Amino acid sequence: MRPGRRQRWWLGASGLLGFLLLLELVPRAGLVPDRYLPPTSRIAGALADELGEPAFWRALGDTLQGWAVGLALAVGAGVGLGLLVGSVPALRAATSSTIEFLRPIPSVALIPLAVLLFGTDLRSKLLLVVYASFWQVLVQVVAGVRDVDPVAMDTAHSYGLGRWGRIRHVVWPTALPYAMTGFRLAAAVALILAITAELIIGSPGLGREIAVAQTSGAVPAMYALVVVAGLLGVGVNLAARALERQVLAWHPATRREAP
Amino acid sequence: MTAARRVLVAVGLPVALLALWWVASADSQSFYLPPLRQILEAFADVWLGPRLVDDVLPSLARLLAGLALAAVAGVALGVVVGGSLRLRAALEPVLEFLRAIPPPVLVPIFILVAGIGTTMKVLVISSGCLWPILLNTVEGVRARDEVLEDTCRAYGIRGPARLRHLVLRAASPQIVTGLRQALAIGIILMVISEMFAASSGLGFTIIQFQRGFAIPEMWSGILLLGLLGVVLSLGFRGLERWVLGWYHGLRRAQRGPS
Repeated sequence: MRPGRRQRWWLGASGLLGFLLLLELVPRAGLVPDRYLPPTSRIAGALADELGEPAFWRALGDTLQGWAVGLALAVGAGVGLGLLVGSVPALRAATSSTIEFLRPIPSVALIPLAVLLFGTDLRSKLLLVVYASFWQVLVQVVAGVRDVDPVAMDTAHSYGLGRWGRIRHVVWPTALPYAMTGFRLAAAVALILAITAELIIGSPGLGREIAVAQTSGAVPAMYALVVVAGLLGVGVNLAARALERQVLAWHPATRREAP
Repeated sequence: MTAARRVLVAVGLPVALLALWWVASADSQSFYLPPLRQILEAFADVWLGPRLVDDVLPSLARLLAGLALAAVAGVALGVVVGGSLRLRAALEPVLEFLRAIPPPVLVPIFILVAGIGTTMKVLVISSGCLWPILLNTVEGVRARDEVLEDTCRAYGIRGPARLRHLVLRAASPQIVTGLRQALAIGIILMVISEMFAASSGLGFTIIQFQRGFAIPEMWSGILLLGLLGVVLSLGFRGLERWVLGWYHGLRRAQRGPS
């Protein structure tokens, strides 16, 4: 029998509860030393302490700032260049090998360069975040523009739509679902790289707080911050998905899914 | 387009960009942006010597070990979770949360548990790579063809044969997608686990160069990481074409002659 919606919710909630209970009991039973993995209740206590600290909120703000600014830059550049490269076939052919080459370069390779050029500045973080998330958007937008229906394009031509009209009414609606996929991927990647920059370079933010907690032996605080990073990740995923649904509400694929 | 022209189009821009870099940096006086000639000389000096065996190959071995561990665990768990509706419903929130934890924060946790040796790095890589493989396997197992499923039941195919011919085969395109995502995460984790705390390895060496202001050497390291990323992704694409040849052929046949 297929579990219904309500039952699924209960199963999910009990799964989560079981997970938390497991993490409480394993260290208490001594299966794992609690200096490696403190019980859930102590992590929750450390989390509550963190929530009362202004430093924690400052770090959270720093992380979110790096994430948001970097993501905005990457999306702007990715969409702009993607529309350009995608709509000129010669340009697309000439750049595809370069894009394929630059894209898999791990952006962590730029860490030493970022440190030399910008130190622990916000710009270091932005360099990593933008490099990593730019390709996600660009590749998707190029693919989206390529997917434009030639008949629709010809129709727009015969109706006398200008270059902007064609981009606005034919290219953009086709590329938008792709662009939103790129945005969703980029949003997750940007968070990973923002936290990496803080962890490795020491830019202010959650990642640096985690590194500091680890070196100073504040184990429950470290886990509490990791939990916050995870919740931030969940939030970013949910928000990106909600935005995608909102922006693409007109799209047949979204309309079909609606209850 | 003829083959020669296609090659020309593909290599044209990269060659032009490299030439531009070469010329523009040829008599660069900037300390941070040395001439490309110097970087390439440093590349040959640094990476084609004993460092290849001491630093580069161990890093790659750890990456592959971590990836292999994650693949085995991810596919095994994915088959179990994807096969049961209830289990999936129960685990979904937990998996969503674990997947959303940015993998680099695992580095401090595993340093705590396993020190800074090889074990820590392999654990970090495999636990970061696990989630994309696991979640994609779950999706692949879930979306298996119902007719094939019924056919298997009707013919009494069960146990390992069912697993091999129905479940894993149906999930394999998704598993490969998961592996590709995992590879990208694995490279990141390989580098930063060595940058954060290590005494050897690719990431460690590059950071040492940066701290010692050995700028051409540092650039050569960045170049090497880029090349590794590209070579690994090309290698993976070759592997995918080989493993999923049947699938791409099927898709082409379904789409009809074009």
